[in-house]
Order: sequence, then structure tokens, then C-alpha cells
Amino acid sequence: MNRRDTLKILGLTTVGSGLLVEACQQPAADKSAAEATTKAMGKKLPGVQDFEHERNTKLNEERFFSDHEMATITVLADIIIPKDDISGSASDAKVPDFIEFMVKDIPEYKIPMRGGLKWLDVQALKRFDKNFVDCDEKQQLALVDDIAYPQKAKPEMQQGVAFFSLMRNLTASGFFTSEIGVKDIGYAGNIPGYWDGVPADVLAQYGFTEKDNA
Amino acid sequence: MNLFEIQAKEEVYDAIVVGSGAGGGMAGYVLAKAGFKVLMLEAGPFFDPAKDALQLRWPWESPRRGASTIRPFGDFDAAYGGWQLDGEPYSAVEGTDFQWFRARMLGGRTNHWGRISLRMGPDDFKPKDGITDEWPITYDEVKPFYDKVDRLIGVYGTVEGLPNEPDGIFLKPPKPRLNELFIKKGAKKAGVTVIPGRGAVLTEALPEMNGRGTCFYCGQCGRSCKVYGDFSSSSCLVIPAMKTNNLKVIDNAMVREVLTNDEGLATGVSYVDTKDLKEYSVKGKLVILGASACESARLLLNSKSKAHPGGLANSSGLVGRYLHDSTGSSMSGFIPTLLDRKRYNEDGTGSVHIYSPWWLDNSKLNFPRGYHIEYGGGLHMPGYGFLDWVPVANGLVPGKDGQKKEQGGYGTSLKNDYRRFYGANVGMAGRGTALARKDNYCEIDPMKVDKYGIPVLRFHYKWGNEEIAQAKHMQETFRSIMHEMGAIITSPTYGADTLYGLEAPGKIIHEGGTTRMGNDPNTSVLNKWSQAHDCKNLFVVDAGPFVQQGDKNLTWSILALSMRTAEYILEQRNKLNLS
Repeated sequence: MNRRDTLKILGLTTVGSGLLVEACQQPAADKSAAEATTKAMGKKLPGVQDFEHERNTKLNEERFFSDHEMATITVLADIIIPKDDISGSASDAKVPDFIEFMVKDIPEYKIPMRGGLKWLDVQALKRFDKNFVDCDEKQQLALVDDIAYPQKAKPEMQQGVAFFSLMRNLTASGFFTSEIGVKDIGYAGNIPGYWDGVPADVLAQYGFTEKDNA
Repeated sequence: MNLFEIQAKEEVYDAIVVGSGAGGGMAGYVLAKAGFKVLMLEAGPFFDPAKDALQLRWPWESPRRGASTIRPFGDFDAAYGGWQLDGEPYSAVEGTDFQWFRARMLGGRTNHWGRISLRMGPDDFKPKDGITDEWPITYDEVKPFYDKVDRLIGVYGTVEGLPNEPDGIFLKPPKPRLNELFIKKGAKKAGVTVIPGRGAVLTEALPEMNGRGTCFYCGQCGRSCKVYGDFSSSSCLVIPAMKTNNLKVIDNAMVREVLTNDEGLATGVSYVDTKDLKEYSVKGKLVILGASACESARLLLNSKSKAHPGGLANSSGLVGRYLHDSTGSSMSGFIPTLLDRKRYNEDGTGSVHIYSPWWLDNSKLNFPRGYHIEYGGGLHMPGYGFLDWVPVANGLVPGKDGQKKEQGGYGTSLKNDYRRFYGANVGMAGRGTALARKDNYCEIDPMKVDKYGIPVLRFHYKWGNEEIAQAKHMQETFRSIMHEMGAIITSPTYGADTLYGLEAPGKIIHEGGTTRMGNDPNTSVLNKWSQAHDCKNLFVVDAGPFVQQGDKNLTWSILALSMRTAEYILEQRNKLNLS
């Protein structure tokens, strides 16, 4: 069977119908990340086991964070990944919803996240007499600056540093695996194609030749 | 009517095969093609990659974005199961450790494996180190079967003529990715051999195997392939064998015991249906175990009878003994030269594009045998946690403006760092020979059963100085390659306190040796055809028969040895009272 037949089979396969079409379309930015997530939760993909789907559905129905906690997560996520010239913000990519799911999926994150959010509010109250979300932008950034740089943070800020590192990783995971984020980072694969080695201009850029490509 | 009743099926099959992975799949395939009536029992559900693969799905189609919460290799990985299965426990005695990976599905672990397909060499079958045990067979005896497996299933690679890394019949290998060009250059300077990878992926059409498509380079072999462009036992062996109408699969069938008669010969097996929890028994003229090294050992030890009081095929007391995994240790980092690299699709194949076969002379080293190195890194599909290293790495090199940056951060500057560092990562992992030791073993736990009432395994496994010395050597080699390629290391420095990053036994998922073959029934469980010394119509075709694996990932050898056993059965059909 040659490659063209392979692709034909792939395109015509009844399961995952429209798979190829789906795969060849560039993700539509900005609008459908949430839709896609909802869709993924709602229907069981072929190959997903029943108990996995039931677990996903159950976790999705539970609610862990309070409205106040979700508001704080949203502000923090957008501080970590704001909108810029290339793409939208963390909240545009529904990162807070992703974080809500992940702490239920990995329960060891529950206390560090809940406690970390509380820790941050206590800091904000001590310094500005307000909850973190009620602080103005300058105040919020002053608080974040104290916990965003592990090597220069003061010893008494280390619990905040640990919380912020977790929050930063969850935010980056959620953002760059969303449709917006995958497009932003420029991942060009996950489509049927042919790998013929490093492109000539890239070889040249790094001082390699076609001989190295063999 | 009794509440507990075993439903006996009267049909007598020519062969009953337990397990549908590489070993069971190949034996079933060869026998069914030759006209044998074969019944295959699989403990998990039916699985057809054409329908069930999560290939070409995007990360956002998983609510956890492919995190490994449920499946150890992430939501999209094709293996059903893992190191822990609900209701099917195992244990290790204090002071020892073994992590037992079980995939419960048609095709077993072959649906998700790395497709790295290496032959064991002449020195792996007949070691010259004076420490490790020799096999009762030579490379030359197995070579014809490796050749046939290459032709039947397909493997890419290059003819290199290396002494203990035998060449096969190869399809063209994929070209290296950019990171791999840097690795090759660095490794060469560090004195480490690097050659094109060897993977069971169809980079070219394979005329002998109808119904299989060629690779379209999505890099997702771990999810199994909808067009059967790589080797899974499900797609390449079991499903084609079913099409002969000579092989029947019963899925969700957890085998409880091998049944024997007064003469001690196998007459069939009993199993529990994991869905309706009813008990069944089936009859066969032959029983072939391919349930995986530890599961087959468990089954034998649980099959006690008057003729086999210590468990079936266990008069030597060696069933479960000589259990060995591969060693594993790894290092990761990034290549500063590759920051802000151009984007393009470099998914390639889902197996390795390059690797380092063992390259050193052991006479100057403090451990026997060796290891190979697998490499990774590049512009791969985003997934949970894939950029976690960036807020650490961004403090290790100057920023775009040439100024030193503070590690961590947030905002536009951090967002740009994620973009800047993506694809510049590089990783390497060693996979080496762990010694098959009599004192490393699994046995039946006298106190515990699983949810089906089947007695479970208890492990005794400790690494020795040889494995630890090997891991130390791996770390030194990796550091040297990283240095020579201008990379910065981001993984922890593993010292003596962590056994140099040596993974726990079982973590590399290369376990074998539990029913070793040999010429002497007192010192081995099986003869050189993988036929039980104590029971002539019983065979084992998983990695149990391995006397001592090399540093070569064992699937290709399981396939070759299972084919060899199946052909032996065909030759011996009269002696075995088969049709």
C-alpha cells in the first residue's frame, strides 16, 4: 500500500470521521477552546475506557474552588500569561476552568492551591488592607514580584514562591495546550505528512550541510 | 443449580494461547496460518488501533491535556493499564522493590511501545564476560527468525556491520531532526557512537503484509496507529490471524489455572470472565503462555496438581526466579543555540530516529555488559507540563537583549520565554543490561488474592553493584555529550544517594527471565524451544524464557523466539499428538 492509499484510508475511516479534515484545519483561534473542552468532556472518544470517561464526567460536575478563589486564579493567570500582539490571555483560553479540573484530577494540588491563594490574600491584607483581587494593578504586581523569582525572593516569601511556581506551571500547561496556545507556540505537526529531514535553510542557519541530513 | 459452576466448553482446540501481546500474537499467527485451530484468551478488552487509537487528537481533547493521572504515559497513550490495576494488587518484601506494568487489552503493551527493534547479538546469547549466564542457543540459530520477523513486520535501520549489534533487513530510516544533528555532533566529540534508529515503523510499503498503511509521520506510535503503519500485535498479528478463521479470541478472560491430567499433561485452562464473573474452562491439545513474564510465572505457580505439586513446570523450583528488567537512567537539558528556532513540522516517526548502540570495551570498566542510549527533544506536540522547565531555564542564559535574566517571572516577558525555549530541549536515556539473578524473583503471596480470588505475586528485587556502576557510567556519559554539544543540563544531579538516577526495577517495562530456558531440567524451566521440561505440551512465548537479556529492548527477540517455538510445534505435531 503506498502513501496515497494510506491517506485515503485515514480520510475514509468511518471511526473518527472527518478526522483528516479536522487535522488539516488550523485551529480557529479565540473562539472555540471552551467549546472544544466541553465537547471533549461531553462525548466519549473511541478508545477512551468507560471508567475514564465516567471519572472525567464526575470531576467536571464537582466544584472545588469558590467564586472568590476562581476570581483570584483568573487575575493571577492573566498576570502570568497576558494578552499580547500574538495571542489572547490565559483566561481567553479558559485556563481557570482547566485549573479547577486539574486540582480535582490531582488532589495533591488542592491544599497547595487553596492554601496558596489564602496566603496571597493574607499578604495583600497585611500590606494593602484588601484581598488580592481588590488591589489595584500596581499593588498586585508588587505582591507577585515578591514570589515570582525563586532565586531573589526573601526567605519569608518561600511558601508564596512554591505556590506561584505551581500556579505558573498550571497556567502555562493550560494555555499552551489550548487551541489558542498551540497556535501561538507555532506547533506545526499533528497532520499527515512526509518527514524528509531538516529543511535546507535551517541546516544552513546552524552550519550543517545536506550530508549531515542523511 | 449450583451458584458456583464452571461452564466447561467441549470443543478441543489444537492450541490455547494465553495473552495476545508480542509473544502470544506471534504464536497464534503462525499456528493459525498453518491451519491449527487456535483459541486465544486475553484478560483485557478487544482493541483495534484502526478504531480505538487516539492518534491525531489535539491536547485540548483531553480535559487534563494528556496528563498522566490515569494512564501512566498520558491520556492519549494506547496502553490500558499501568503499574497499578484496580483490584489486582501485588507486593514486594521489605527492602526490595519491583514495579509491575500490566497492559490489559488485545495486543498488550505492543500497542504503545517505542517500536525500538533491536536484535540481541552473538555475545548476548553467549556472553564472554564470565559473569552473566549463557543461553542454550546461539545468535546463528535465532538469526533466520529475526530475518523472517523483519520481512513480516518491517523495521527501519541501516546496515552498520557492528560486532554485537546485528543488522537486519531494513527499510529506510527517517532522517535526523535538528536536535539530533546537535546530539550526533556532540556524541562524536565525546567518543560515543551514534547511528540511525531501528524502529518497527513502515517507512516504505511492505508487500508481504496486506492491509497495512505506510507511515505518515505524526510521531504518535505510542497512541497506536489507525493505518497499521507500525507494529502492534493487535493490528499486525492477531487481527490478520482472525481473518484466517482459524483463530478465535475471547477477550476479558482472566486465566486462573492451566489444567492438567493425571499424567501431568496440559488439557486446557480455566478462566474467569471479568465482565460476568462466571467461571469457564476450555480444552486444548497444547497450552502456550504469552501472558507476560510475571503473569505467566504466576499462572504456572497457581496451577498446582497431584502431578505438579509445586506448581506446573516447577520441579526445578525456578519459576519466577531470575526476574530481570533493564537498567534506566536519564538526563535532560536544552541547547541555547536553538532558542528562538524556526517552526516547522518535525514530528517524524514515533520511534527513535537515532540511537547509540553500546560502544565500549568492558575490560576497562567495573561492570559487565552495557547499555544503549535513546535521545529526545524538539518541537513536539504540546501536552501537560511540557514547558515546566522554562521558568527554570530562563535564568540560566542571557535574555534576548544579552542581559542576564532572573529565573522565573511572569507576563509578556515570560510568555516570550515559553516561545523562545520551545523545541530547544534535549533528553537522553540509557537502557542497559541488568543481571538475571536467582535471588531476584516473584512468588505467590501466601496471604493475598486479587478481586477474582487469584493468588497474587510478591516480589523480591534488589539492584546489585553492577547495575549501580552502570547508571553512574550513564550519567558521566550523558554529562560529557551534553557538554560537547553545548547544552545546559536542567535535570537534577544524581549522585550515589539516588543510585545515579537508576530507575526502580520494573520501571523500564522490560521484565523477563521468570521461566528461563536451558538444557538441564534442574537448572531451567523450559528447554531451548521454550517447551516445559516437565510438561511437553506446554510452551511459554513471552520474555519468561530469556536467560539473560542484552541491552536490546526485548520485543524483537520475543517475536523471533515465539515464531521459532511456533515453527517447532508445527514440526513436532506428530510427536505432540497433534493433527
